[in-house]
Amino acid sequence: MLLKDEVEMLRRITLFSGLPPAKLKLLAFTSDRVMYSAGENLFSQGDIGDAAYVILSGKADVLVATPNGQLKVADVEQNSIVGEIAILCNTPRTATIRTTTPLEALRIRKDDFLKLLADFPEMAVEIMRVLADRLSQTTSELTEARSRAQRAEA
Amino acid sequence: MEPRLSRYIWTHTRKQQLWILLVVALSMIPYFLSFDLPKQIVNGPIQGQGFEGPGSTQPFLPISFSLPFFGEINLFSGFQLEREGMLLALSLVFLLLVIINGLFKFYINTYKGRLGERLLRRIRFELIDRVLRFPPGHFKRVKPAEIATMIKDEVEPMGGFTGDAFVQPALLGGQALTALIFILLQSFWLGIIAAVIVAVQAVIIPRMRRRLLVLGRERQLTARELSGRVSEIVDGIGTIRGHDTSNYERADIAARLGRIFKIRYDLYEWKFLVKFLNNFLAQVTPFLFYSIGGYFALQGRLDIGQLVAVIGAYKDLPGPLKELIDWDQARQDVQVKYAQVVEQFSVEPLIDAKVQEVSAAPAPPLAGPLAAVNLTVADDGGSKVVEHVSLQVHPGEAVAVTGGSGGGGEALAEAFGRLIWPTSGRILVGDVDVHDLPESITGRRISYASSEVYTFHGSLGDNLLYGLKHAPLTETVYEGDKAAHRRWELLEAKLAGNPSFDLNSDWIDYEAADATGPDDLFARIKAVLDAVLLTNDITALAVRSTINPVEHEAFAGEIVAMRSALRRRLEAEKLSDLVVFFEPGSYNVEATVGENLLFGTVTDTVRWEKALESHPFFKTVLKRAGLHETFYGMGLEIAENVVELFRDLPPDHPFFQQLTFMTAEDIPVYEALLQKVRGRPIEDVSEEDTIKIIRLCFGYIEPRHRFGLLTDDLMNKIVEARSEFSEGLPADLVGIIEHYQPNRYMASASIIDNVLFGRIGHKHTDGSERIRAIVRDLFESLGLYNKVLAFGLDFNVGAGGKRLTAGQRQKLNLARALIRVSDFYIFNQPLLALDQRTQDQITRNVFAFLREGERRPAIVWVLSNPALSELFDRVAHFENGRLVQEDALEERPKDSDYKELAS
Repeated sequence: MLLKDEVEMLRRITLFSGLPPAKLKLLAFTSDRVMYSAGENLFSQGDIGDAAYVILSGKADVLVATPNGQLKVADVEQNSIVGEIAILCNTPRTATIRTTTPLEALRIRKDDFLKLLADFPEMAVEIMRVLADRLSQTTSELTEARSRAQRAEA
Repeated sequence: MEPRLSRYIWTHTRKQQLWILLVVALSMIPYFLSFDLPKQIVNGPIQGQGFEGPGSTQPFLPISFSLPFFGEINLFSGFQLEREGMLLALSLVFLLLVIINGLFKFYINTYKGRLGERLLRRIRFELIDRVLRFPPGHFKRVKPAEIATMIKDEVEPMGGFTGDAFVQPALLGGQALTALIFILLQSFWLGIIAAVIVAVQAVIIPRMRRRLLVLGRERQLTARELSGRVSEIVDGIGTIRGHDTSNYERADIAARLGRIFKIRYDLYEWKFLVKFLNNFLAQVTPFLFYSIGGYFALQGRLDIGQLVAVIGAYKDLPGPLKELIDWDQARQDVQVKYAQVVEQFSVEPLIDAKVQEVSAAPAPPLAGPLAAVNLTVADDGGSKVVEHVSLQVHPGEAVAVTGGSGGGGEALAEAFGRLIWPTSGRILVGDVDVHDLPESITGRRISYASSEVYTFHGSLGDNLLYGLKHAPLTETVYEGDKAAHRRWELLEAKLAGNPSFDLNSDWIDYEAADATGPDDLFARIKAVLDAVLLTNDITALAVRSTINPVEHEAFAGEIVAMRSALRRRLEAEKLSDLVVFFEPGSYNVEATVGENLLFGTVTDTVRWEKALESHPFFKTVLKRAGLHETFYGMGLEIAENVVELFRDLPPDHPFFQQLTFMTAEDIPVYEALLQKVRGRPIEDVSEEDTIKIIRLCFGYIEPRHRFGLLTDDLMNKIVEARSEFSEGLPADLVGIIEHYQPNRYMASASIIDNVLFGRIGHKHTDGSERIRAIVRDLFESLGLYNKVLAFGLDFNVGAGGKRLTAGQRQKLNLARALIRVSDFYIFNQPLLALDQRTQDQITRNVFAFLREGERRPAIVWVLSNPALSELFDRVAHFENGRLVQEDALEERPKDSDYKELAS
């Protein structure tokens, strides 16, 4: 897969979709292409987050540790990004990502990503917009859930 | 040390001083003869005195002298020579005298020089010897740079002065006295005047110079302090920059330099004032001669001939007198310097020289217990860090010392290790004070290691074996020139009062490491390194180093053979895609285009850059392979991409570190270049620009840069062009490139690269770690591990061991103590830089190591983690400098525990 394909791939991710192609290309260029075989961990719950991964091909499970062992909470596949929260704020990984098929991903290092944001404020604004969207969505979901709960009480 | 320099010089060079005095006296004979000769030549053969008649002759070299009672004795009436013959003969004599004088001067100067250098060597050695014997507390008060300055610079002028110390005053004094007596003989009163002026000079000038001496001492002190401060700045540069105090340092240095300037300027002023006065007094004497002598002559009390003779004789007085005064100044100057230095080195109580006497015999084991008896230790401020502690450690016992920092355990350990001296009470071995025993026993039978590590400049192996180098154990046999050189070394060392230990001898005491010789020492080294968990670190250092395959032919061969073993192993573990190997017939996608084309690496970048620009070879080969145009197109593509990506970034942006094709400064250059050549066929582009573009291709790696420029066809073409580069390389380019050959060791690559003979793929995030583990495993299974470890031991640790991490240094320090066979091991929190888990692991390993076999040395361990005390026989708990609790741990089947650990 070439740089320009990776740029296409990045564009399809909401977080990056509004960015100019030149910046996406720089982001792709400074990132590493990494490959995993089935059953490997991209990262483990509790690790310090140092990179986000854009999955270019393949599938992986999102696993969370519970007292009864690991629980699969979701799966991720092509065109999704994982681990992006950890590179925006210094929290440990909240889940383990384990591949189920051979997987190819673009590894975006935290430092590179933050540096890009600092250099290109328009990119930061774009990211902010996406995060605000997510927040408002989450808020409205929460409101809905609460009102449902109140109705149920009543 | 002798406080007066002149006495010091006299004591050590008496015989030589007398000899040189004799030689100087002898040299005076031809010297004075040569004074008289020009007159003889001018008066005789040139002006014709005694050659009045044609054909008249004069005797040449008659030997006759007159004795009282016997009258004239004529031993040799001389050769009869004519005028021309005489001229030639006398001129030749003159030449001969010139040569003899020159030879005398040469001999005297070299003799004096040698004398001075020997004395300098003696002083320097004596000073360093004293440093080695300073009491430990003194090192807290002195700055190393100041001691170094004293030994190196401040004693230097003493060497120069030594040769002149006695000869100069004798010679000059003699000359001045002769002149003065001559004047006195001519005219008593004028002689008295001259003598009075000389006396005034002799009294006043040295008085005035006293201030010079004070200033000189100040100059010396301030200069020494300056060098101390400079070394502080260098050592503390991190702290200075971190706290933004560089300007405070600037102010301090500027103030010091200002003071030094003032002192030096004062010194100049006084020096020239004294000089002025000196000159004035010298000149005032002729004034007195002219005025008073002339007055007497007018009065008729003095005849004019006498006056002229006095004035003539006086010419010879100021010269020697001035030099004598200069000599005196030099003497006082070096005396002050010497006294200063001696004062700094007169530290009491100095360790007795007998304690450090060299002993090649093995030290007998210590039989009795190591004990602190009513021990009190105070720090520099006088507060007591250990108070009235009595503790006995029996042979074979393991005692844990707990209580944390400030408890006093550390100070007790330091006292056991002789790093600090007791304020009161004693440290006993058996019933002898540890400080009365020679270091050849205490320094071998007791081993001490703490977290304060000193690593000497040299290899890791040297540092590890440092604790075994007590005495020269073998007699090195020299032959031919080397034997002569060794004899010279011995003689000179003796003459300068230096010891004659041979540094080339084998200093390593194998027996003290429980080995019989160099061969089985390695097994011990390995065991010790394993115990302190340093082996992996050293192997990692080793595989990253380069070796000379000519020197290590067998090893290089085995590394080459290992390449296929690695391949098989990777295939067996289904990890073949971890490494992309170099194959002569195929393209390596993980390597650059340049590497693939040359099938080798550039060993001389500077020559390579030049050749690329100006050598026709590359262009010809590229054209022939049909790559010239393709590469140009590819280069353009790379340039377009890179310029697009990086154009907006500031030049110091960290992203540029990931850019291998060009630097930040090149971006605008290539941007302009692209504007110029875009859309034009290659034929229209200048040679220089073409090269600029083509060279970009050489750094391209497809999986890494992903511009999609490498087609299968292109890769095939590049592989085909390889042979042209390897076989057709012109003679003037040989040596720039080292070619990859599957069956040859590459000298310019590291050991690990030689094993891999390929590139680790970019795709696996943990590829390099996995490869490293596999390679280490292979080394072990192929029996190469020891050899690799040996290369690791050659690793240079740098100044103060700075090329190692703090943890590695502490491990090394512990290993250095462990490799010595001792009766008592004192470990004073030796591993503070490591994490707790590793510390525990190493502590257990060390126990297993020391409890292995028959040997049961005593162990005193100041623990930072009290949980480990279960390993020990006894726990001594300290609080506030007092031993508060001393428990024997309850009886438990310890022996089996140790056996378990040891197995």
